[in-house]
Amino acid sequence: MRTTIVSLLAVVAGMIAGAILMLLTGKNPIDGFSFLFLGGLKTIDRIGDTLATATPLIFTGLSVAFAFRTGLFNIGTPGQMLIGGLSATAIGLTFDLPSVIILPLMIIAGFLGGALWAFIPGLLKAKFNVHEVVSTIMMNWIAYWTVNYTVPLYFKGEYLETESRKLPADATLRTDWLSDLFNGSYVNYGLVLAIIATIIIAFILNKTTLGYELKAVGFNKFAAEYAGMKVNRNVILSMLIAGGLAGLAGVVQYAGNSDVIQIGVMPSQGFDGIAVALLGANSPIGVFFAAIFFGILYSGTGFMTAMTKIPPEIANSIIAIIIYFAATSILFEKLVSKYLKGREEKKLSKQSSVKGGEQ
Amino acid sequence: MWHIIELVFPYAIMYTVPLLITALGGLYSERSGIVNIGLEGLMIIGSFTGALTIYLIQGIQVTDNTAAWIKFIVKSDMSIWIGLLAAVIGGVLVSLLHAYASINLNANQVISGTAINMIAAAITVFLARNITGSGNIKITAFTPMAPEFLTNIPIIGPLFFNRAYWTTLLVLVILFISAFALYKTAFGLRLRSCGEYPQAAEAAGISVRKMRYIGVMMSGALAGLGGATILVTYSGQFTGSVSGLGFLALAALIFGQWKPFGILWATLFFGFATTIANVSTVIPALDVIPPLFLKIFPYVVTLIALIIFSKSTQAPKAAGEPFDSGKR
Repeated sequence: MRTTIVSLLAVVAGMIAGAILMLLTGKNPIDGFSFLFLGGLKTIDRIGDTLATATPLIFTGLSVAFAFRTGLFNIGTPGQMLIGGLSATAIGLTFDLPSVIILPLMIIAGFLGGALWAFIPGLLKAKFNVHEVVSTIMMNWIAYWTVNYTVPLYFKGEYLETESRKLPADATLRTDWLSDLFNGSYVNYGLVLAIIATIIIAFILNKTTLGYELKAVGFNKFAAEYAGMKVNRNVILSMLIAGGLAGLAGVVQYAGNSDVIQIGVMPSQGFDGIAVALLGANSPIGVFFAAIFFGILYSGTGFMTAMTKIPPEIANSIIAIIIYFAATSILFEKLVSKYLKGREEKKLSKQSSVKGGEQ
Repeated sequence: MWHIIELVFPYAIMYTVPLLITALGGLYSERSGIVNIGLEGLMIIGSFTGALTIYLIQGIQVTDNTAAWIKFIVKSDMSIWIGLLAAVIGGVLVSLLHAYASINLNANQVISGTAINMIAAAITVFLARNITGSGNIKITAFTPMAPEFLTNIPIIGPLFFNRAYWTTLLVLVILFISAFALYKTAFGLRLRSCGEYPQAAEAAGISVRKMRYIGVMMSGALAGLGGATILVTYSGQFTGSVSGLGFLALAALIFGQWKPFGILWATLFFGFATTIANVSTVIPALDVIPPLFLKIFPYVVTLIALIIFSKSTQAPKAAGEPFDSGKR
């Protein structure tokens, strides 16, 4: 309850900051926000697009949250996402197989690609106590340049040098029935995968021995070790799963929402995963809803920019400010507990005054 | 061979300078005990405030009636120096967000730093779009200074001064001052003690909070200067990104083992690695190496360095931990 209030306060603070930014640049924030939310939710196809935009964010959010539960800060989601997307794209462009075979292969390849990229920082953390923040940042840039040179060399696009060839329709997560259901939106099977992943991760964390051990390592790794848990193995395992989830974000982004992989871009969904995880208080369900909220912000910007000339970067700005407020949530926590305490005291003094009157 | 060296050297130094000054900023912060992964964002802030200031000054219409001093500022390099000063101030102001979160509120420093990166990247482009429409801000940058008596020195002249700017000298001066300040003054000892054992520092009467504020603000100032240095030397425009140089500066800080001259060598190494990767396609001797290897080389080397140094790391012991006065 308290974490929910704190998250909501961070959101409110972020939106107020966004409103101030709009005012500073001479725009009307009420117009801005109403067009922003209308753009994300007005029609059934816009809702579909919002859900599709949220899909990779659900995965990167789950990735950061899962690692966080083991006390690890996975800032390597952009790189893991790129490698996951590259692996899936490589499979999709190389083999000509029917959907039912190629899609599972691509999903597995994406998961493994991301997991491999996170395995190295996990191993360095476990064996040499190298801080995962620095090593994952290095892995991000290695991934960035790997995609930058591999894609033009092996999967060069027909028209553009800066992206890969288009995946054949059979090798993407797009599906007619979902598109039709949402009136022509580009929402795809990625959303279904995201829902399944959320449930599986919630199950692992809350109902299995593995999840219990991972959380124990996150709370106090010395205590966990004393209790006979293999801390190093759990660290590596947690990074593998987190990396795999980020790899799946790459699959749903580059073989679902889009059908090409671009070079020279560090995917913003990676770092946004940190915001999603923080806002969702590192719980899978919280992550799911936080991602959908960010999906609304992102997919509504196009409409807002068209109607009000407010630059689309307002969405990133609001999200960035939300992370700052989530990081400094102790401020809100103090405010909330002060308020609750104040209310209790009032109640008590009221009760005592009532009692006094009776005597 | 000499030809290649003569080609690579000046560019390598040009790339080294912003990296060096930013990593020095990170040094102040981490030595005081605050991890600052927001260097990338602070560089973007420096690049933005610098570009905006210079853009506004250079855009002033000069007529015959304009005062002579305004004419002088608009027409000379003075506009760029004012831009650099603005970048320093901008960097300091934004770094205060990080300082407040991590010193006063004991927030997770990595998350706060990430927030700084994201805020900087988003808001600067948002504001730039409101000003120029495209989100890029073009300015007239420095030209390499290269006085003839310097470039005419045999060997050293063409190597060091061919593409040297005034900022190159400024950064070298800051490097020497920093090395002196951190290791030969009472201030330096106090700052470093706050990063090693803040409880002991406090017991000795040092205000840990104050020292950490100074450390983070220095990182903001120098990273801002670093971002603006890119702008006024080789880039000439604000684009909303510094292409990961802030993260590379963080790597240089570790690679240089948190020491000023260690950082100098680390950044020179990265500067050369970047230049060689950039020019490899036009140099036949290097063309045989896949460019990918050259590009990822600095990052792979940093990972290896992390492993090698893991046993004997010189990292400030208390860096990243919120200060708890009562902890023993």
